[in-house]
Amino acid sequence: MANRVLEYQKKDLPQNMSKLGWALFAIGALAGVAAFYVDNTRAAYNYLIAYMFIMSVGVGSLFLIALEYVAGADWSVPFRRLMEFFAALVPLMFILIIPLLFNLNELFPWMNKKLVEGDAILTGKAPYLNSTFFIIRVFGILLLWTLFFYLFTRNSMNQDSTKDQKFTKRNIIISAIFIPVFAITLTMSSVDWMMSLEPHWFSTIFGVYYFSGTMLAALATLTLAVIFLNEKGYFGKLLIPDHLYSLGALQFVFINFWGYIAFSQYLLIWYADLPEETVWFLHRWSGSWAFVSIFLIIVHFVVPYSILLSQPAKMDAKRLKIASIWILFAHILDLYWLIMPNMNEGKSGGAVFGWIEIAFPVALVGLILVVFNIRARNKNIIPVGDPKIERGLNFRL
Amino acid sequence: MKEKKVYGLTALFDTPDRIIDAVKKISSDGYKKFDVHTPYPLHGMDGAMKLKPSKLGYITLVFGLSGALFALLFMFWAMSIDYPMVIGGKPFFALPAFIPITFELTVLLATLSTVIGMLTFFFSFPSNNHPLIGSDYMRSVSADKFGISIEAEDEKFDDIQIRALFSKLGTIQIEEIYYPDTETFPMFQKKFILFLLVIAILTGGTTYFVLNKLLFMQPFNWMMTQDKLIPQERSEFFSDGFGMRVPVDGTVARGFLPYEFKGEVNPASFLSNPILLTKKSILFGQQKFLTFCSPCHGNFGDGDSRLRGQFPNPPTLHSNRVKEMPDGQIFHIINNGQNIMPSYSSQTTVEERWAIVNYIRVLQRAKNATQSDLEEIKKESAANGK
Repeated sequence: MANRVLEYQKKDLPQNMSKLGWALFAIGALAGVAAFYVDNTRAAYNYLIAYMFIMSVGVGSLFLIALEYVAGADWSVPFRRLMEFFAALVPLMFILIIPLLFNLNELFPWMNKKLVEGDAILTGKAPYLNSTFFIIRVFGILLLWTLFFYLFTRNSMNQDSTKDQKFTKRNIIISAIFIPVFAITLTMSSVDWMMSLEPHWFSTIFGVYYFSGTMLAALATLTLAVIFLNEKGYFGKLLIPDHLYSLGALQFVFINFWGYIAFSQYLLIWYADLPEETVWFLHRWSGSWAFVSIFLIIVHFVVPYSILLSQPAKMDAKRLKIASIWILFAHILDLYWLIMPNMNEGKSGGAVFGWIEIAFPVALVGLILVVFNIRARNKNIIPVGDPKIERGLNFRL
Repeated sequence: MKEKKVYGLTALFDTPDRIIDAVKKISSDGYKKFDVHTPYPLHGMDGAMKLKPSKLGYITLVFGLSGALFALLFMFWAMSIDYPMVIGGKPFFALPAFIPITFELTVLLATLSTVIGMLTFFFSFPSNNHPLIGSDYMRSVSADKFGISIEAEDEKFDDIQIRALFSKLGTIQIEEIYYPDTETFPMFQKKFILFLLVIAILTGGTTYFVLNKLLFMQPFNWMMTQDKLIPQERSEFFSDGFGMRVPVDGTVARGFLPYEFKGEVNPASFLSNPILLTKKSILFGQQKFLTFCSPCHGNFGDGDSRLRGQFPNPPTLHSNRVKEMPDGQIFHIINNGQNIMPSYSSQTTVEERWAIVNYIRVLQRAKNATQSDLEEIKKESAANGK
């Protein structure tokens, strides 16, 4: 088994995938621009959902890469390159953030100086929640993530030609540094972008909550890419159900983790029943939002849990594909549930849904496809120089 | 000599790769009753042995679900039906609060049923004996070798063929395993049971000694030790060392307001009866009269003491003098005492004394009932009782 030659040949991704991506992106982006003219506030909130989704997939993939190195995993080595492609969304966020920067006043109540002055709680939070520090944080975090993305991918790419083991060792060290950085920066990002939409409210578990969604989004996109490319034979040799099982099991784990975290947050707030904490859930229980809240439990936990519970389901490409698409939808719904209720905060009116809410996810899917295609051009789909690639391809449970 | 019965043939291999290749060959050759023993789990072994997925998961599923259902139903019954209690202002069926317990019970039943199911259905518990136990083969595979054993009960079992196959696959040692001479369950041997007993006593004794004597800490002392003195205890705080203190001068106990006309002759004009003449207050007064007054004054206030002349009999309460006394004066006498009668102010409360006064009035009227009184009573009882 030792001296088997890797039968991998570089192949370009199918053209129609790129075309589909551009088409979706063009339609979605056009509709998005129109949305900003029609209803600026609503478009800004929807854009934030899309932005957070991109963050989930991009940084989540980066974290999965780090996890693989630190844990010394074999099974995920053949598709680490795919995670690197998805992680390319991180530097792109420097451009994607621009529309948000123009709409910060629309989104964040604490940007309103008059409101802050008349509010003791917001005045107390002002040293953290002020526009200058916010911009510094956001760009600092993006810079950090981009730096790690650059280091990871450069080492990984260099290894393709040199087949040098020292790159793996370097990446292990970088991963060990990245993981705590990731924990802090992701928590800060979730607090900055989503929790501060309702600046009076606070939940210490919020960062972890967003992290669980992040992992699900990154895993689901990765699984979809793996299954799709595997069917078309891009991995040199066919991946076996054991690989899919590992992906499915991780998805299952994070479905449970999400349920656990979401319920923990709810249980503590429900039990204590303190007005300053319950207000957030009350906003998500007013009018038609109650249905969205119930729907979220079913979509984000009950259904994927049932789909992924049995062992054959995790090994079956078809069922795993359904589960992955479902989870991506669930993550969008989760973000919608986190962000949108703040748009009409204090005013009457329940959940809003229309073409604007569809436009941004369409653009989002297109963008991810496009970025994946551009990154994958002229590159090996699997890290051929990685010392663990053989073991990864021959992985058995 | 009786010939030993053959259990099977075993072969040892050096590396995990070798054994996986060997297992693949053996399972593809059509052997069914064989087993593999390795010092640690090997990736891909299930596939090489062509094992079917285990059915154990179904036991786990069924018991897990019934755990969830039982927990929910039980809490629903206990908290919402049998003994509804308001806790923290939550509804009787407080689902979020029930979920952690439901989860725990689900996990508990699922894991327990998995382990017990595994032992009973797959490990043929309580038998803990196997021909392989004690063999050189077992010693090797639990250290650093990888082994295959093919049972003699296999349809294709053939000593010479299997030996040839094993050596072709690169085995380093072949061993023949026999059933033990007698079918004994090591579990029921005297030595084993004695050993268990000794271990139980040793661990139990040690645990008891360590936890209760050596490392004893009060689990929580919120109520066991308090900074207070129990009655008759010596006080370190007060200089006279008395733990029980005399109340400050002028302290009044609840319900025992001091009688302000003590020693005076007739303050009746200052006292008026605050208790209404109701059935309830009369019955209350009767109870108190029978307790405190009747020993001397008699059950009906006739002055016929039950003490049979040990004290001078008190006068009757039905004399004209007592009949004409205002309520306040009788109250004053109970409070203050008269002639040989002591004060009853420490035994009875103000309310009780006034109730007694009322009862005395009832007795006086009953003793001298007029014709109209009797007619009234007749009318009343006719209206009430049938």
